[in-house]
Amino acid sequence: MTMIKKSASEMADALANGETTSVALTQAHLDRIAEVDKDVHAFLYVDTEGALAQAALADKKRAAGEKLSPLAGIPLALKDVMVQKGIPTTCGSKMLEGWRPPYDSTVVSKLRAADVVILGKTNMDEFAMGSSTENSAYGPTHNPWDLSRIPGGSGGGSSASLAAFEAPLAIGTDTGGSIRQPAAVTGTVGVKPTYGGVSRYGLVAFSSSLDQAGPCGRTVLDTALLHETIAGHDPKDSTSINAPVPAIVAAAKNGNVKGLKIGVIKELQGEGYQTGVLNRFNESLELLAGLGAEIVEVSCSYFEYALAAYYLIAPSECSSNLARFDAMRYGIRVGDASGVSAEEVMNLTREVGFGREVKRRIILGTYALSSGYYDAYYGSAQKVRTLIKQDFDNAFTKVDVLVSPTAPTTAFKIGEKADDPIAMYLNDIATIPVNMAGICGMSLPSGLADEDNLPAGFQIMAPAMKDDRLYNVGAALETALLSKWGAPILSHVSGLGARA
Amino acid sequence: MAGISRDDVANLARLARIDMAPAELDHLASELGVILNAVARVQEVAGQDVPPTSHPLPLQNVYRKDEVIQSLTPEAALSAAPASEGQRFKVPKILGEEA
Repeated sequence: MTMIKKSASEMADALANGETTSVALTQAHLDRIAEVDKDVHAFLYVDTEGALAQAALADKKRAAGEKLSPLAGIPLALKDVMVQKGIPTTCGSKMLEGWRPPYDSTVVSKLRAADVVILGKTNMDEFAMGSSTENSAYGPTHNPWDLSRIPGGSGGGSSASLAAFEAPLAIGTDTGGSIRQPAAVTGTVGVKPTYGGVSRYGLVAFSSSLDQAGPCGRTVLDTALLHETIAGHDPKDSTSINAPVPAIVAAAKNGNVKGLKIGVIKELQGEGYQTGVLNRFNESLELLAGLGAEIVEVSCSYFEYALAAYYLIAPSECSSNLARFDAMRYGIRVGDASGVSAEEVMNLTREVGFGREVKRRIILGTYALSSGYYDAYYGSAQKVRTLIKQDFDNAFTKVDVLVSPTAPTTAFKIGEKADDPIAMYLNDIATIPVNMAGICGMSLPSGLADEDNLPAGFQIMAPAMKDDRLYNVGAALETALLSKWGAPILSHVSGLGARA
Repeated sequence: MAGISRDDVANLARLARIDMAPAELDHLASELGVILNAVARVQEVAGQDVPPTSHPLPLQNVYRKDEVIQSLTPEAALSAAPASEGQRFKVPKILGEEA
């Protein structure tokens, strides 16, 4: 029990000095999953045999004196949108029930090369569309802070697995906030890397110009170690950036904000933001100022249109991307009988295979792209995207990083917003601009909101390929907050009762 | 502002190849109307002088080296097919019976 509560870097130290083995560490996490996951439901699939085999291999390499990566032998939870050869990958959808991919994503290849132990696949909103993980065809994930609440989404399984100590590291994907918002509402850390910073090869596409895989952890340093492990150019992804990975881990070990200019985005606070979330945000700003950072207010006036533009661009790309689920080459097939045409089979399969939110977005995207409406909807949204990019460009001429609360509220109750798509979409109001511009963003815990004692998130944003700045500022704030709190925020996780 | 009828949704569902029950069409028509009203505000600021952005990176024609690399075997590629025959995906009929 004590070992699973450590950070990944502490676990790595324990492995290096022989205090434990990867097999023992992996078994401890598998035991934890067996103990709590019936309540949390973070995992859709646990690869017990595969994980223990990977762990044994890491131990063998260590015993043989091989030079190992910093995360060798450390367990990790993989979002179920990322393919892993031979392991069921559903994307939280009935459409892919039973599918076992015939290849590894580049992220998985890199994790394997680093001897990271993949415990299993985590729950998510279907095809990563949602902010609560309630849209999973396999049932919701529960927030370890309060099992009646959402763990964020779409990567709620990954964030919950960290907060429940089922895994010390996780992979997420972030199209409009699906790494950062789950991190915020579970008291964990999550980073959306610069678009193109981590390969999308083998990441089942939702909105290709916005999707980005990234690292999730319980500390800034752990997240940095994972980020550096999965980042870098990949010839298999034509949108992958062919440039050196920024010095992320070094930045996470530095944590010095003296003289740094930090811009507070005027438009991402105030109305609609919970008081306790704003209080923790302002406290964090004071801490950063106390460490020598210069805090200034900046305006990004077009951000108020970001949500509207996102809910045209993402559904448009989704309607195109999800056309691949045609019941012909993989995935389920429904209604195939003598005399039934391929088109009818497609229609029947897609009716049964997709859930409500996915259908809603496919239809919305089909509308926004259709002749006669294209210019008014998709075309206008692309122009707003330009304006948002310009807002960021202007702001970054004045400051080194931008900050805001990650999400306007703490975790809400499961079911509370299920029938109100607009209210649900508002969760992403502060995270979406980062995806629209292709820049990078981090969420780290800023404390517990006064009203409900639930975690609030602090978001840091930096220009493209300046991901190291996120980690530098994040590390400084994390250290300051930790000395204020006296113990990590996750020591207060209460939803799992005595078992936590 | 933007209105969307049940018939519109039925047509979109046909284009998107999704069968929809009548109740689902009704439900989606009202929901999409609300969503479209909310997102239509992008038109307020999308002036003619603003260039569109389709992608965060200004990339064009990215090619990998023209080299033979290992790829899936036919068996692996067909391993998840709902139906296959020989080294081919087996699909329902795609043409009408006449001819």
